[in-house]
Amino acid sequence: MDRRTFLKTMGIGSGILLGAGPRIVHAGEPLPDAATVLVDTTRCIGCRLCEEACAQANSLPAPDLSDLTVFDRKRSTSETALTVVNRYTVEDAEIHVKTQCMHCSDAACVSSCLVNALKKEKEGPISWHTNCMGCRYCMVACPFDGPKFEYHSAAPRILKCSFCYATRLVNGRKPACVEACPMEGLSFGTRSEMLQEARSRIANAPGTYVNHIYGEHEVGGTSWIYLSPVPFDRIGFRTDLGTTPYPVLTKGYLKTVHGIDLIVPPLLFGLAFLSRRKRDQDKD
Amino acid sequence: MDTQTTTETFSLAQELKPKRPYLTPFNIITAPVILLGVVLIVMRFALGLGSVTNLSQEFPWGLWIGFDVLVGIAFAGGSYVISFMYYILGKRVYHPIVRVTVLNGFLSYSFYAGALVLDLGRPWNAFNFLIGNEFGVASVMFMVAWHFFLYTLLLLVEFVPAIAEWIGARRLWRAVNWVNLVAVVLGITIALGHQSGVGGLFLLAKAKIHPLWYSPLIPLLFLVSSMFAGLCMVIFEGSITSRAFRARLSDEMSSTHDTIVVNLAKVCTGIMAVYLVLKVFDLLRGNTWGLLATPFGAWYLLEVVGFVVIPGALFFSGARKQSLSVIKAAAVMAMIGIFINRFNFVFIAYNWTEPVRYYPSWMEIVVTLTVIFTELWVYRWMINRMPVISKRPRWAQEHGQDQDVNKTSQAV
Repeated sequence: MDRRTFLKTMGIGSGILLGAGPRIVHAGEPLPDAATVLVDTTRCIGCRLCEEACAQANSLPAPDLSDLTVFDRKRSTSETALTVVNRYTVEDAEIHVKTQCMHCSDAACVSSCLVNALKKEKEGPISWHTNCMGCRYCMVACPFDGPKFEYHSAAPRILKCSFCYATRLVNGRKPACVEACPMEGLSFGTRSEMLQEARSRIANAPGTYVNHIYGEHEVGGTSWIYLSPVPFDRIGFRTDLGTTPYPVLTKGYLKTVHGIDLIVPPLLFGLAFLSRRKRDQDKD
Repeated sequence: MDTQTTTETFSLAQELKPKRPYLTPFNIITAPVILLGVVLIVMRFALGLGSVTNLSQEFPWGLWIGFDVLVGIAFAGGSYVISFMYYILGKRVYHPIVRVTVLNGFLSYSFYAGALVLDLGRPWNAFNFLIGNEFGVASVMFMVAWHFFLYTLLLLVEFVPAIAEWIGARRLWRAVNWVNLVAVVLGITIALGHQSGVGGLFLLAKAKIHPLWYSPLIPLLFLVSSMFAGLCMVIFEGSITSRAFRARLSDEMSSTHDTIVVNLAKVCTGIMAVYLVLKVFDLLRGNTWGLLATPFGAWYLLEVVGFVVIPGALFFSGARKQSLSVIKAAAVMAMIGIFINRFNFVFIAYNWTEPVRYYPSWMEIVVTLTVIFTELWVYRWMINRMPVISKRPRWAQEHGQDQDVNKTSQAV
């Protein structure tokens, strides 16, 4: 084999080795029959029975429901409380907002995981699996700060709302929090049903709601969607997230890297060959 | 064919012995830190990350990712840039430093990317991305992890000739010598992927990183900054190595050191100029220049003007005046700029609206120092034994890959 053939073979070989991976796929459009919860913040009274039901369903420490000081400051979910209710006072009205993992249709966390430990189930929920390495990239990636990490465990898990997927949903039962809500503030159904329900509530009670269903389009759609009497940025929601699904942010870049892995080796071999030939000529 | 695989002078027992007295100032300072670090690492694995780090739900990444991985990998960028200039562009002037740069790269990747294991919550799953449990192909982290792994192996291949010369394994030397160019080419390619990729990780942190730093150009900015960061490290490390290991330096190495430093300063000037153009373009593209009048804007200007523009200008004047001290000062300043830049992405400009800030605990700092010091111990051990900065055995000089790769590939 002469040098030229050798270099050519190596170039093509390395290109195939490095560049040809499985195609990058992501979920795309929200599925109309994905399991979805509609949260109506005008109905929520801040009783926090959903927090209690959640703790029970996930074997986490029970919250003290009589402690009203929890509303003094904004709380985030944590590794021991996968859903929390916050109180916002807007123009003398108290509005209560339940928060948990939003179960995005095309989620940042799912695309961020290098071992697919966070999976989008076919019914819609995103669940965590034990092949997780604990790198916490999902926590960096999630725009809603959904995933939480057990910092004080030698075998830590990523914890977040599981939509009660494995324990209830697959058996045809509603999530524990939905069942516990005494105000019908949480409604459970398919995505298309819940969007329709939200739209009819806005239409049937003029002046009660702002004309915006949070989660219909945000970051490409979420499986927890919200109604509010006031603009969403006043009750703790981020309204600057856009409607592009997060995985799109890295898609073009990853394609570029695959291109680099394919194109650069032959170029480098060629350059090395040229610079050496030039040197040989200079010597002569 | 010469089948002799060992020389008379090599003796493993002899080589394993320490070559210097134990009680050097370096050892007296570093040994207790390393011992304490080992205790903390045991604690971290027994009780969880929260027992030694200040990491939180709001700041999942801290000093260990920020320094060990992001800064460490940027500083290791010298290995691909020098390899590119020497092997691909044929810039012979860099010949004396190719091997020491490759060694530095290899050790940086082994230790700093290796230190990632300390930060993993579930390290027993650390190899899942390799063995297919499972392949998260849509993840930038997946690409970076694979590239780290392959690059470390390729740097090892590039360094094997030095090991072969050390133990006198001529057959091994010949075997690896002809794959060297392949390792170099694949190595450079892969370095482009992961140097940009550690920045690409933050593309998903759009909601969290201050708009002055968040940009679709993050991967390109990380890549370009890794080029000058790596060369600054080569300058910095070279000035220390040439002092600390003066007795080991080959004539070639000591006689060309100054010329190489001046050449590197010229290259750094060019790369930093490109980086600045990209930074300015990014401000205009993102229409974020209005934010420069805020506290974070001042911090941004300090990073870009204080630790990119000024060292860039110093490199320029240092190279013109052939002043080594100016060049070294420029290198140190640019390296500080890399610290600031990478820390911004991980915890300073990250979650910038969060009132409770992250700062590293003393234990995180001790563990980081442990990683650095252990690397330096291994580095010293290898420099004192293998022909890295010292003269190579005569048999390896005759038609080595560094002398002329052409001859080697013709021999194939």
